[in-house]
Amino acid sequence: MNTPRITSAFAKAESEKRGAFVAYLTIGFPSLDESEKAIDSVIASGADIVELGVPFSDPFADGGVIRSAAYEALRQGVTIDHVIALAKRVRERHPETGLVLFSYYNLIFSKGLEKFAAEVADAGIDAVLAVDLPLEEREELLQVLRPHGIGYIPLIAPNTPLERVKESEAGLENSFLYVITVMGITGARAELPRDLAGRLDSIRAVSNLPVAAGFGISPKAQADEVCRHADGFIVGSALVKRLAEGKEPCLG
Amino acid sequence: MLKKLTEEEFKRRAASADRVAVFKEFLADRETPVAALSRLDEDEEAFLLESVAGGETRGRYSYLGIEPRTQGAERRRGRLPRGHRADARGSSRQKTRRTYDHKKRKQKMKTHYGIYGGQYVAETLMAPLRELEAAYEAAKKDVAFARKFNGILHDYVGRESPITYAKRLSEHLGGAMILLKREDLNHTGAHKVNNTIGQALLARRMGKKRLIAETGAGMHGVATATVAALFGMPCEVYMGAIDVERQAPNVERMKMLGATVHAVTEGSATLKDAMNEALRDWVTNCADTFYVIGTVAGPAPYPEMVRDFQSVIGVEARRQCLEKYGRLPDEAIACVGGGSNAMGLFAGFLDDPEVKLVGVEAGGKGLASGEHAASINGGRLGVLHGAKTMLLQTDDGNILDTYSVSAGLDYPGVGPEHCHLHDIGRAEYAVIDDDEAIAAFDALCRFEGIIPALESSHALAEAIKRAPKLGRDKILLVNLSGRGDKDMENVMRYKASRASSSRV
Repeated sequence: MNTPRITSAFAKAESEKRGAFVAYLTIGFPSLDESEKAIDSVIASGADIVELGVPFSDPFADGGVIRSAAYEALRQGVTIDHVIALAKRVRERHPETGLVLFSYYNLIFSKGLEKFAAEVADAGIDAVLAVDLPLEEREELLQVLRPHGIGYIPLIAPNTPLERVKESEAGLENSFLYVITVMGITGARAELPRDLAGRLDSIRAVSNLPVAAGFGISPKAQADEVCRHADGFIVGSALVKRLAEGKEPCLG
Repeated sequence: MLKKLTEEEFKRRAASADRVAVFKEFLADRETPVAALSRLDEDEEAFLLESVAGGETRGRYSYLGIEPRTQGAERRRGRLPRGHRADARGSSRQKTRRTYDHKKRKQKMKTHYGIYGGQYVAETLMAPLRELEAAYEAAKKDVAFARKFNGILHDYVGRESPITYAKRLSEHLGGAMILLKREDLNHTGAHKVNNTIGQALLARRMGKKRLIAETGAGMHGVATATVAALFGMPCEVYMGAIDVERQAPNVERMKMLGATVHAVTEGSATLKDAMNEALRDWVTNCADTFYVIGTVAGPAPYPEMVRDFQSVIGVEARRQCLEKYGRLPDEAIACVGGGSNAMGLFAGFLDDPEVKLVGVEAGGKGLASGEHAASINGGRLGVLHGAKTMLLQTDDGNILDTYSVSAGLDYPGVGPEHCHLHDIGRAEYAVIDDDEAIAAFDALCRFEGIIPALESSHALAEAIKRAPKLGRDKILLVNLSGRGDKDMENVMRYKASRASSSRV
């Protein structure tokens, strides 16, 4: 059984009276080697959990920054197997950091679910998030993840009813709720929606899992604001953009 | 004679009887008894009693019902209803009385076809899909909605479309009779408009203000732009940049109709990328935007909804064939990209096991070349654009670029219901390559004076292959899903390139 690193990452952040920092990186961008270095540097800069984005040919839920990164990674021939192998190397260097495999479902399904779960477990990945696998369809994946003690991260959208939030977290361990802050695709926004704080409060009130907010969060100030109402925050596009500009992937 | 009951009268009778007949009259002139039955029989035991053949000279009656008191089954050659046999052996009649459970019905909304289909979408789209399901379920039961839909199909699209006997072509082939269902004669020149009218009516009913669509060959884009103009709604169409180039006349048509066309340059810059971009728009603007999907793909309820709106093709063709030839066709043949014209045709014949259903996929340069768009014949199970279905994909699960001379078939997936019909053996799926499709295109032009769409030419090519092997008493019904004006340039370019390569 894996150590429940996702759970302990949030517990650690809470004990330090801060929100957990979840960093998303598209693996294979700018290259596989540079991705691996970028992971080391986001962990050094304080990331508690790293989401390893698997590049997909049809990233219909992503904004321009992550899409471009995915296309570049694909051009270099990066596949889900490369991402899992990279995770295994990262795990050896970082025994404590939570690792989440972040993918479109076809890449997972295409591998064969049993095989996928076994390889992910072997690599020391803690949890899986599939962008296009809602509550209604996720059971077949959960069935193969459970025996390995691998968590699943459900997405909660601005239009997800609270009743459904409860259903979404039912039966999940070593996980958190990924609360999407805005209607739409990934990418930094100048402003977060005004009703976000209230929304996060009400989700937290019904939830047993930690709550982290993502989509559109970039400057440190936004993250701090979010963490007054959440257990953690997720930064993706902003980090990938810094990599695209040849900068260190850290919070601006 | 039945007379209308007042509520009081009903109560008075109910006090002394265990059943009181009530009735409601409504117009169902485009409804066949079988289509009406299919609405009852999802979960309940439903039945249909039809009067004997000869409806032309005698009145024709159909009785539909649920919860039969007695059930019969045909065993070998014996045709005695089970209840009677039971009686003969002296045991009691089998009773099947169940309560009609509306709640159960509601939950039984079809989202999967065997292992295919489903709702593989981002969480943000689940709420709009629920909203769409509810609206569609309500619309399906609303007679006024059906009347409006059928009225527009009649007055605006020009339905019904005829079936044409391709006499010279059939005689030339010297075998089965080829009948063409003339969807090419619809306003806008293809079957696509049947669906966009249905969806736009639904959008209006739901209070959505804006229509978006993806398009490959541009026919669905044109059909969506057309209804948007008809209903006075703003419309934005996403189209792969490569398709924008090879289907330029349709881009101009959409613009002329007032739509905004966005050329999608990323990925493979074709239909799948256009669909990705449309999904991104929808996920951002779903509060006021209706996404008009052009084929029987995508998340539930789209595959079912699009099939239902297109089922007018098969329902009409079935009736027309019976009226004109006194029998059903032996085979119903249609091309399959996403598969909406095929599902529309098949829908009319699903309950007629004697009618063979044949879908035709685009073989491009041949299955072995890897350059094709035949998802069922050359693909592998996967998940894309909201559904689990057969997909053309790499070993590691990325989606492949597809190829076909016909832009409308150029899609790496296929409607989930087709995969299911294939699995259960109800339909078979053939492959026609570019050359065969072009030859069929030429044949129809020369023999019948009809210029078919390259998509439909694939279905026609399959019929041309099959007809000579069948007797003259057999009927092949081909869905001529669209007209070929949009393809003139492609065909000329294709022939020019073949001519030059054969000289080398």
